[in-house]
Amino acid sequence: MTLAINILLWSVVAILAFIAAMRGRVLLNEGSRTGAMEFILLLPRIGIGVVGSGFLAEALPNEWIAPWLGPESGFFGVVIATLGGALTPGGPVVGFSIGAAALKSGAGAPQVIAYSTAWALYAIHRLIIWEVPMMPARIVWLRAAVSLPLPFMAAALAMVLGRP
Amino acid sequence: MTKPAPPRRRRRAFDWSTAAIAFLAIAAAVTVYVRDGREHFLSILLGDVTLFADMLPKVLAGCLIGAFVTLLLPREMVARWVGHESGFAGLLIAAFFGFLLPGGPITIYPVAGAFLVMGADAGAVVAFIVSWTLIGYARALVWELPFFGSDFVIWRIIAALPLPIVAGLLARAVVRAGFEYRENTQ
Repeated sequence: MTLAINILLWSVVAILAFIAAMRGRVLLNEGSRTGAMEFILLLPRIGIGVVGSGFLAEALPNEWIAPWLGPESGFFGVVIATLGGALTPGGPVVGFSIGAAALKSGAGAPQVIAYSTAWALYAIHRLIIWEVPMMPARIVWLRAAVSLPLPFMAAALAMVLGRP
Repeated sequence: MTKPAPPRRRRRAFDWSTAAIAFLAIAAAVTVYVRDGREHFLSILLGDVTLFADMLPKVLAGCLIGAFVTLLLPREMVARWVGHESGFAGLLIAAFFGFLLPGGPITIYPVAGAFLVMGADAGAVVAFIVSWTLIGYARALVWELPFFGSDFVIWRIIAALPLPIVAGLLARAVVRAGFEYRENTQ
């Protein structure tokens, strides 16, 4: 599985690099340099996030997570998870490590889905740091507002679909 | 109105949110060490380090894809497909582009901005961003899969499939109700 994904991703890289090279060496160099720089900047975050989420999941006693976010917590758990997602700062590493840690230590899958959906759609810091500088502010608020019900819908659909 | 160049953000390898996570990680690691002993601590550490090593090539590929797409993307061509009055099909196309386009926020928001400039309606732009956020494959493969495993990720994506369209329709309803989203100050 992981090998297939690596092959897929690196094929995409190869195709894009080839197209860039056809358009000129400068473009190829710039793309490679920007991508590699981004990667180096991400490394410490990923390391801390991955190693940290493992220990976090282990350290958190199930008795704490289960009543709030466990499979039995139902709609209330989804609400808590959605609020948590909206308030979680940081990039993909932070949100996914916390979600994974919660899942490992007994949170219900629909609750984790609500958490990561809310975090992905309207984590407050991201709206302010990324979206507002690059898009008309009114569109950003419109998008955030219509996104409000989506974590609940995702959790509800996940409950209907049932665990794989 | 010409599209402003995306602002260059100064990126640092370490910031306060990483520091907070690092603090939590260290506290958790110490707790596990003291409570469960050295043996258990090392077995968890080994598992995490393996996962980390497993992620690296994917993350590097993801970064390179994002960088090249930002350089190569014919934004105007993409935007032509989701023009004004594009109806339900426009939402579907916008959601499909959101699924297809890799890259991080630095790629996606300028593209969404270009959509607007090219005359896409609010619904299409919203469907595009929500789709990229929730069902974009690059993000799921690079980030989500290593943390959660394939069963969980596929299941989450299936649950999220209708959401970009729902968000787009809601946005159109809000606009029809009188919300003015184009700024008149230009």
